[in-house]
Amino acid sequence: MTRALLALGTVVLSLCREIGGMALLGCYTLFELIRGRCDGRELVRNLYKMGVVSVPIVSLTALFTGGTMVIQSGIFVQRFQAYGLLGWGTGYAVLREVGPILIGLMFSGRVGANNAADLGSMVVTEQVDGLRALAIEPIPFLIVPRVLAMILAMFCLLVLGDAVAIAGGMVFGKLLLGVDFASFYASFVDAIKLWDLTVGLLKGTFFALMIALTSCHYGLAVKGGAVGVGHAVNDAVVAAALLIMVSDDIWTMVLR
Amino acid sequence: MTTQRATSEPKTYLGHHAFDGARELGRIAALTFLGALRSRRPKGELVRQLYQVGNRSLLFVLVTLGFTGMVLVFQSCLQLSRVTGDLSQVGGEFIKYLIHEFGPSLTAMMLATRVGAGIAAEVGSMVVTEQVDALRMCGVEPVEYLLVPRFLATQVMTLTLAVFGVLSAVLMGAWTAHQTFHVPYSVFLDISKVRSTDVLTGVIKALAYGAAIPIVSGFCGLRTHGGSEGVGWATTRAVVSSSFAVIVLDFLISALALLTWQAH
Repeated sequence: MTRALLALGTVVLSLCREIGGMALLGCYTLFELIRGRCDGRELVRNLYKMGVVSVPIVSLTALFTGGTMVIQSGIFVQRFQAYGLLGWGTGYAVLREVGPILIGLMFSGRVGANNAADLGSMVVTEQVDGLRALAIEPIPFLIVPRVLAMILAMFCLLVLGDAVAIAGGMVFGKLLLGVDFASFYASFVDAIKLWDLTVGLLKGTFFALMIALTSCHYGLAVKGGAVGVGHAVNDAVVAAALLIMVSDDIWTMVLR
Repeated sequence: MTTQRATSEPKTYLGHHAFDGARELGRIAALTFLGALRSRRPKGELVRQLYQVGNRSLLFVLVTLGFTGMVLVFQSCLQLSRVTGDLSQVGGEFIKYLIHEFGPSLTAMMLATRVGAGIAAEVGSMVVTEQVDALRMCGVEPVEYLLVPRFLATQVMTLTLAVFGVLSAVLMGAWTAHQTFHVPYSVFLDISKVRSTDVLTGVIKALAYGAAIPIVSGFCGLRTHGGSEGVGWATTRAVVSSSFAVIVLDFLISALALLTWQAH
């Protein structure tokens, strides 16, 4: 009994520590951002490393996501012979839910994990202490550009990913279900409003903030060599996935 | 050596790189499958891995799938109440979709981040600290010793966790439908729409993901080189590659299912 209570207490305390650490890091970042202290060259470097390099994997993910969504709506479409609804079904699912979540999870794996590993190995090899010794503050130099770059990169990648997913949906709809491009396009344009795209982009940008905070927090909290870096990356990805799923639910309830 | 090749002949380098990678991945996959059939495993390792993969991911899968269930039900109820207003079909269709698509795939996406990253981090730090070389020196094949127990554990646990994930999503979905749209539980929990082909598709997907995740992330872990930075990169690559493998397998199996046994 006492052991169970002890275990529960340890879990709750460590949860509080992680969430508090992330919130504090977020506050520091916001504070430095308001003061306009952000290393410009680092920002450009990170935008390239996080945005441009992730274009292939995000496009491929989006392509297959569009295809899968077409297949899933295809079961309905074939049963009711409702070929005019394919564009609506695919577009709504991709823009509002599946696009932001899957691209967010991929972004978390590609960029968030990489960022945690990068910061973690900087901590392990004492480069962060080195920065402090040179009177360079770590937060404006390391954290602010990364958080900013992740949010900007995710926004752009999401626009690209949505476009690729819809295009992929059109192609696979033609190949697998025989729905021609014109009717797919017509039902897509008819039923999808700008609001659907906006909700998706808002969600995705918020996911990017979550990914940035988790990966920076776990990266900076690394202890103990190569094994510690591996653990930090693992924890960062898991926390980001959890936060993406939970915040998606909240956003869906708030933005109808 | 490889970097030198890269600067002099980029095309040859790319070809060599892709070819080497594919051959290595194939070798690891073959060794893992063969090793899984043979029963020469270190004692207790399988149970330990089952615990690591299964029990320690259970809460994570339950929470994420539960929230996904809430979102999906909320969205579909919202859309349907605007179009027709008849919400009695939502539960049946939702459970059907969950079993053959979202349940296994989202569980596997979650496991790709948790288990895939874990395998790569563990194997990668063993490579970096030269423990894998020590295994080879002792005449033990690292793939068989390290990956086979993880492979078997992930194989079993993906299916098990997918079942738990589906249950969690259905319960949370039923609760959402009841709370926000006043759909009674007895109407929502309708399994008459689920056919055996849906269950078959879901099981095939879960088995395929359970095989792909440990092999792909073990491959990334074994290719680790260079210190703590290398472990970080290997873990990143494992998460991305195994998530991508899940997405591609999902697409392929869904297309196959649509064209063969779901067509009618």
